[in-house]
Amino acid sequence: MDVLVIGNGMAGYKFCEKMLYKSNPHSVRLTVFGEEPRPAYDRVHLSSYFSGTSAEALMLAPAGWYLDNDIDLHTGELVVAIDRERKLVTTQHGKTAAYDKLILATGSAAFVPPIPGTEKDGVFVYRTIEDLEAMTAYAPKARRAAVIGGGLLGLEAAKAVLDLGLEAHVVEFAPRLMPRQLDEAGSRVLQRKLEALGIGIHLGKNTAAIEGETGISRMVFTDGTALEVDMVIISAGIKPRDELAARAGLAVGPRGGIVVDDLLRTSDPDIYAVGECALHKGMVYGLVAPGYEMADVVATNLTGGSKVFTGFDMSTKLKLIGVDVASFGDPFCVSVAHHPVVLEDSVKGVYKRINVSADGRQLLGGILVGEAESYNMLLQTVKNALPLPPAPEDLILGARGRGDGGSSVMRLPDEALICSCEGVSKGTVCRAVAEKDLSDVKGIKACTKAGTGCGGCLPMLSDLLTEALKAQGKTVRKTLCEHFDYTRQELFDLIRVKGIRGYDHLLTEHGKGYGCEICKPAVASMLASIWNEMILRQATIQDTNDRYLANIQRGGTYSVVPRVPGGEITPEKLVTIGQVAQKYGLYCKITGGQRIDLFGARVDQLPGIWEELIAAGFESGHAYGKALRTVKSCVGSTWCRFGVQDSVGFAIEIEERYKGLRAPHKLKSAVSGCVRECAEAQSKDFGIIATEKGWNLYVGGNGGAKPQHALLLAADLDKDTCIRYIDRFLMFYIKTAEPLARTAAWLNKLEGGIDYLRDVVVHDALGIGAQLEQEMQGLVNTYRCEWREVVENPQLRSRFAHFVNTPEPDPTIQFQEDRGQRFPVKW
Amino acid sequence: MNTITTDITWFRAAPVEAFPENGGACIKLGNDQIAVFNFTARNEWYACQNLCPHKMQMILSRGIIGDTCGEPKVACPFHKKNFSLTTGENLNGEDYRIKVYPVKVENGEVFVGVGNEISDQW
Ligand code: SRM
Ligand SMILES: Cc1cc2nc3c(=O)[nH]c(=O)nc-3n(C[C@H](O)[C@H](O)[C@H](O)COP(=O)(O)OP(=O)(O)OC[C@H]3O[C@@H](n4cnc5c(N)ncnc54)[C@H](O)[C@@H]3O)c2cc1C
Ligand code: SF4
Ligand code: FES
Repeated sequence: MDVLVIGNGMAGYKFCEKMLYKSNPHSVRLTVFGEEPRPAYDRVHLSSYFSGTSAEALMLAPAGWYLDNDIDLHTGELVVAIDRERKLVTTQHGKTAAYDKLILATGSAAFVPPIPGTEKDGVFVYRTIEDLEAMTAYAPKARRAAVIGGGLLGLEAAKAVLDLGLEAHVVEFAPRLMPRQLDEAGSRVLQRKLEALGIGIHLGKNTAAIEGETGISRMVFTDGTALEVDMVIISAGIKPRDELAARAGLAVGPRGGIVVDDLLRTSDPDIYAVGECALHKGMVYGLVAPGYEMADVVATNLTGGSKVFTGFDMSTKLKLIGVDVASFGDPFCVSVAHHPVVLEDSVKGVYKRINVSADGRQLLGGILVGEAESYNMLLQTVKNALPLPPAPEDLILGARGRGDGGSSVMRLPDEALICSCEGVSKGTVCRAVAEKDLSDVKGIKACTKAGTGCGGCLPMLSDLLTEALKAQGKTVRKTLCEHFDYTRQELFDLIRVKGIRGYDHLLTEHGKGYGCEICKPAVASMLASIWNEMILRQATIQDTNDRYLANIQRGGTYSVVPRVPGGEITPEKLVTIGQVAQKYGLYCKITGGQRIDLFGARVDQLPGIWEELIAAGFESGHAYGKALRTVKSCVGSTWCRFGVQDSVGFAIEIEERYKGLRAPHKLKSAVSGCVRECAEAQSKDFGIIATEKGWNLYVGGNGGAKPQHALLLAADLDKDTCIRYIDRFLMFYIKTAEPLARTAAWLNKLEGGIDYLRDVVVHDALGIGAQLEQEMQGLVNTYRCEWREVVENPQLRSRFAHFVNTPEPDPTIQFQEDRGQRFPVKW
Repeated sequence: MNTITTDITWFRAAPVEAFPENGGACIKLGNDQIAVFNFTARNEWYACQNLCPHKMQMILSRGIIGDTCGEPKVACPFHKKNFSLTTGENLNGEDYRIKVYPVKVENGEVFVGVGNEISDQW
């Protein structure tokens, strides 16, 4: 059978791939004519071509693939005529080829509205690699560019404009952005986000003309206003490429598109149309997934199978622009009875809407702006008509409290489509994991092709993998990275038992390759927690903040945070901080941790600054380390009329004890003098609240991105017992947590939770209490101020320089003044 | 960017000891800043522009070096974007690219090779 494909775009390519896969060898001869100069490439990720991804990298298959598979590919050949009588096509260069079955995969062209001026130099469309090449060539001559069209593609083009270094504007005819996907409120939230990115948004504007003498200088709108621009990108929709079909007498729709039935047959039963050129039940699908599905349907039917095309979901997620936007199912429900549930947080810039069916049982669709983490789950809930939880608002609020979130991927039925680009179901993924013994997402991609299209399902694949492995009774071992086949806990034990003191030693004996930015700092942290040696002995394995004992700031300067235990400070020390800040021109701020942060120090100034601070009795505050930060306090019984214990005194004692302690993540603490809790101890990794009888110890609290209250570990303790329990708790955490897991995250995952922890720490169920205390005491005894060591050691000190071939400071550091202080210039 | 490199001029950077083992340091060449890495574990030297193209920060010399599947790389301290030290390509699949330079060591001195470049902006 001779099968001929016109168009070597995404759908045309997919058709070939499916045919090879489904047909018996040598039973089908495939010939492909493509107008573009190169073989099919990934148009969906076209924008990544902009600043470097090569045309090769975008290729769906290398040119050799066609040859290897006996596909007769002719690029740069526009087919100009179809002779349906003789079943013959002719190209513009006069080539002819015969077919038994003909597949039209001609895609679409950018729709250019009839506006005077669109023919001018400086007006572009956004569809092919050549279009992008033309834009990049023109951009250096331009300063401001406008995109006509505020839909998915228009916003992607706007991002491209920003990437080209131009001022970007979006002009949309409708009164809202992404009118096919978003409602008013969603559009408003998106608009604010885009404006914050520096994109000018002009809604409800109908372009009357693009004006300019040579090139273009402005756009004029029908309301009489105008916008000065020197480049315009038109992204106002697509126009199916049906001209060839129409000329051959095939039925086309009144507004374009080659009419097809459920088998994708055109009005000539030997001719099919797939992809963006096809008009199915009045719909042209401008997305890649339906095009792939169409290709699969035709390939199946041509190779003896049977399958029909039943339409496709138009759910989409905006990519690239740096703002999460998604819509799924029926986002508007204009003519369907439903209850919308809406969450709008104008502070965070989040808008979420879900449409619940009138009977409250089903999810119909929705819109997500500003945060689309739940997109995949929600989409699956719609597609599989999953039952809704009793309180549907949980779907967008996230489960509150510590219960099970309840939206686990395992709730999905096996047929749930996880990757719609490649049509891969949950069952297929889970089977592949089990049968092929897969252990990572890469393997799933290779075996099932899931996740190789738009990539939107990757987070879900990762969840599925974990769950599928668990279901097989395999524990999911979180190895550190490609260089170590061990978990953090295993490495921790190896280091301790074998007495390993250096990263290189550990890598040579127990790792492979040359290390990376994940394992080096993780190992550095373990070495510090175990041996407590000066970390700069192995400076180059430290994360940047630890390497320079200071937090790096925008612009490349650093901050200086002296320790102020418990937040208590003498007037003399305050004066010193002020003087040092004045001398070096540092910006001053009272931190949320009850101390003072001095910002804007150049790397070469750090040792000098610290020398002066240390002379005045200050020590490093470890604001840069995954280490103890601050122990906040409230004034307590010394001053406060309600205080029942001396919280400041205890806070200072605690901070002095654990200062310099390095852990998998940073550690914070606080001590409050009574139940009023002014020190916010219950939001800390370990917090202490005074009672009439002593102290209550709370653990596992967290502020930050996922706030969580600490849980009571033990009540009414005397000071010594309290400290012993903290010793045990901290050492147990340090030994068993994953890298960069705060105590809260660690406790949430700890099998048995707080009760188990209480067994270990309070009841000493593992019999390791004494050992943990002893190890902690060892660390306390070996504490030294890192900054003092640097200041006193000329060799370490000399590392604090920007250049090694000249003493000059970095000339690119710039400041601007505001409110009487200095700030780095914006990035 | 089309860069046509003709021949290379070698600039003396600094003595070997100025560069920490398995780490980098920055040198100034005219108005340019170049990050030079002493990749002791591989017994190799690498050099690249000090400017991270992500947020235009003069910082790469302070990044952690290592490898991804054998490809030597540096991770920017700010947001951990990874760059190949042999090609300058971004290894996270993003569109950034940095310039890399040849390095040679002679008599305990490190030299960086800079081509006489004609670049046509885009
Ligand atoms: C300066 C300060 C903000 C301020 O102006 O007040 C600050 C500044 C930074 N915080 Fe913070 N945090 C500061 C108090 C807090 C607090 C409040 C507190 O400690 O009482 C919190 C919430 C409490 C908590 O940690 O649970 C807080 C939660 C975070 C987080 C989120 C942690 C989490 O578990 O989600 C990060 C990110 C991280 O550590 O990975 C962070 C990270 C940072 C970094 C280090 C980001 C970075 O890597 O560059 C900031 C740079 C500081 C610098 O350059 O010196 N900062 N940060 C505060 C310094 C306190 C101090 O004296 O040391
Ligand atoms: C910048 C951009 C971003 C996108 N992002 C997404 C996204 O995030 N998600 C998504 O789902 N979709 C996205 N799309 C849409 C997606 O790329 C298309 O849906 C998909 O490419 C359609 O495939 P197709 O094969 O039908 O058409 P095309 O890929 O356009 O291929 C058609 C090919 O046929 C050729 N041709 C036409 N007529 C002839 C002829 N007479 N003779 C020979 N050859 C001919 C054309 O030159 C073209 O090469 C995006 C599109 C663009 C431009
Ligand atoms: S909240 Fe964010 S921006 Fe503010 S200091 Fe903390 S990390 Fe920086
Ligand atoms: S500045 Fe280098 S990764 Fe962001």
